[in-house]
Amino acid sequence: MSLLRSFLTVRAVREGRAQPAATVRHAHLSAEPLVFIPLRLAGEAAAPLAAMVGTGRADARLLGVANPRSRDQRFTFMAELAEIIVPYIQKYAAQVEISDTKSAYERCLDAPQILVPNPGGLAFIRLIGRSTRFRATEGPHAVAPQVPLLGRWLTFLHERSEFAGSAMLLAMTDLLAEHWVTGLSGPENVNLAGQLAWIDPPDGMTGQDAALIAEDPLRSPPAGPDTDPGFDRHVLKPLIDAPSPARLHEALRGQLEPTWELMWRAVDLLRAVPDADSAEGRWERDRTALARQNTWIAEGGLPPGRWDSAVAAARRLAGLEGAQQSYEASKAFDDPLVMAEHRAEGAAFTGRVITVDADRKIIPPGKKRLVARPLVTIGTSDPVRFAPGKKLLSPARPKQGTVLVSVDADIVTLQINSGMTKDATLPSPGEVVCYTELDPAGGRRPALPDVTETPWTHGGPPPEYVPTDEDAQEAWS
Amino acid sequence: MSRLDAIRGRSLPVDHDARRIAALAANPACDRRAVLDAAGIDKAKTVEHLGFPTRFGQSPFAVSRTQEFRATVKAHGGAHILRLLREVLGLSVEEAGYHDVGDVGADAGHGVRYRHTMAVLKSAAENPADAATLVDHPLLKLGVAGYDVYLEPDVIAFQVDRRFHVVAIKSFAIIDGQADSGKVSAAAREAAVYVHAMRDLFAQLGLDPERVSHDVVLICPKDFMNFPTACLVDVRLQLEALKRQLQRLAKIDTLLDRLPPGLSLDLQLDGETPTRPVPELSAALSSIPARYAPECLSACEMAYFCRDEARACGSLEALGRTVRDDLGGVASLPVAMDLIAGSGVPSAEHAAIAERLGFVRRIFDEVVA
Repeated sequence: MSLLRSFLTVRAVREGRAQPAATVRHAHLSAEPLVFIPLRLAGEAAAPLAAMVGTGRADARLLGVANPRSRDQRFTFMAELAEIIVPYIQKYAAQVEISDTKSAYERCLDAPQILVPNPGGLAFIRLIGRSTRFRATEGPHAVAPQVPLLGRWLTFLHERSEFAGSAMLLAMTDLLAEHWVTGLSGPENVNLAGQLAWIDPPDGMTGQDAALIAEDPLRSPPAGPDTDPGFDRHVLKPLIDAPSPARLHEALRGQLEPTWELMWRAVDLLRAVPDADSAEGRWERDRTALARQNTWIAEGGLPPGRWDSAVAAARRLAGLEGAQQSYEASKAFDDPLVMAEHRAEGAAFTGRVITVDADRKIIPPGKKRLVARPLVTIGTSDPVRFAPGKKLLSPARPKQGTVLVSVDADIVTLQINSGMTKDATLPSPGEVVCYTELDPAGGRRPALPDVTETPWTHGGPPPEYVPTDEDAQEAWS
Repeated sequence: MSRLDAIRGRSLPVDHDARRIAALAANPACDRRAVLDAAGIDKAKTVEHLGFPTRFGQSPFAVSRTQEFRATVKAHGGAHILRLLREVLGLSVEEAGYHDVGDVGADAGHGVRYRHTMAVLKSAAENPADAATLVDHPLLKLGVAGYDVYLEPDVIAFQVDRRFHVVAIKSFAIIDGQADSGKVSAAAREAAVYVHAMRDLFAQLGLDPERVSHDVVLICPKDFMNFPTACLVDVRLQLEALKRQLQRLAKIDTLLDRLPPGLSLDLQLDGETPTRPVPELSAALSSIPARYAPECLSACEMAYFCRDEARACGSLEALGRTVRDDLGGVASLPVAMDLIAGSGVPSAEHAAIAERLGFVRRIFDEVVA
């Protein structure tokens, strides 16, 4: 957490409601998101108990397992789930266009967006993906053909969701915490009901009072995947021991419906926030990844193995870091409130331009020709902790590379090095400008060897992954 | 009657398990938890009587899953265990003796079972014929806050090559070689309590405590199956933390000396029903200083009572440790609210944070305006 977020936490308590931590919405929000609330049987790694799923508030489908211990019923559940989720994804994956960039590539016109309540829901999606993607569709433990496909798509969506800025699979509590700061502590803030109580408390109530009511599991059942132990003991167990499908169905509905309402309320709240400028560009990357994955599956590519090879893992890690850096920076460039967070930490400063020497020309070290290197002096009351030589960028002119020349009390001198094209403008005296070390282009990717060149320190070249019968028939008990 | 018995009143003391000790060590600055646990007070019943939820129940499905898995692992005289131990410890042992210390009789007191555990472990440690031995249901004892507590264990001690290993059986899955890190570290903290208690016991028996290994064997279901797999977990770090925190726990006597004389947390049970007037019990509890932090919500039955109290008296820590650390030096929420609003004159000790917060307020107002 940053000082600004701690400031906003205290302010939220003072004001009795959550404080906005963003002025724009940094995630793309689909016109037709699929809300998915899974529940699992306590004590099991990935035994589904029930789920509520659908693309509209009035379009809730309730799936349930009468006996979660039964392996056959689990796969029936997965087949039913696949009937809903796979066509939803394929609808988007089927519509592609060719980009009009220099090197043309395929991308989908739009992409699916699955919303789960919390990080636990994301982890559960990963497990469902892992437990279904290898299943065989013929032979001794055959499952419906859609089941391994569901596994492959969920695995893909979960892997993408680990990249900052990807929006095809999101946890609602993360999304809300990115845009609002509540008066709840970290451990309490993963409770969707409590979070919404602070963001949008009922009339005449403070966030604190509303959250107290919201955290009662009888009023707001847990948003999954774990159920309330009291519900398990007093309601679920009797209904599983002495089967009564109709009553079980209603009991599960009672556990899921309140969260369903909260999810759509959260969607409404997020819709009311205007889109950030760079959200569309990030969504475009999701659309491209979707097209690539669709081609891979269509051409008979294998599902990802249980483990990444060393090179793939290193590449993925570098990709994750780059995405994180670039997302943080883009957010700050799009949103002055996020930039304020970095200003408070000393990663950016704002000030008023005093002088601009637009005609300054120097011979850079090691060069022979005279080139334009304008100097700008800025008066600021922010503490500036950058050292001379630091490369800085400004959200107002993101293409203009600058370097810090000196800091003298509250006067900062910058030299403009690049991005002075014909239609580019220089800062003008009196203008309020912000400069930061953040760079939306992200860090440089390390060069990694080809998989066949994996060094011995990392186990040497890995054997090619071939799915085994053992993978396909893994017992599920 | 000791002071602790007097505080507990007529209720029977509750048993401790390693999870409680581990949780106690997680918040060693909390006097309230130290006193309640040392006195063996039923915290769940107490807090329910006060009208707060415990939210600590375990689902019956999780309980039966754990029992089933444990039974599978222990079936046939621990055949699975021996196979797994051979794998993870690289042994060539073909068979091992099996002693169940728990079968001295269900109604045997703690003292009896503890002496029996000591005897079995001593003979296993000293008798060469018992070179490979599994000891199930050992009962251990640990000094916590100057008071001995018995540990109802769910582990097995295994001896091979004159070294004992603590074997912990847990029902969370290890999927593709990975398990939930929160659950693994909870299991490691718990196992460290057993290692510590066993080393204590060895020292008492005049044996070398180092014969109890710091490598704990963790047995869990593999992937989505009911089939057990095992791995070694090094708990040296957890052991050090536990030792340090057990030492730091104020000696219970000095702690008790600071409490009001005649303090009683007796629930005045009528059968199973507490009859103690709630305001009286609440006031008695409040006279024992607590140190609430949001992490308590997942570690202590009293958490909701303490949270309510902490909020009522304006504790900043109730908003989380990061907020408290970011606003370094400020302990009270009303002071923090004044500082962020810039109202009033900050005291000298808060001058530095007041200045930083003033800057944050200025840039926040600039953006939001």
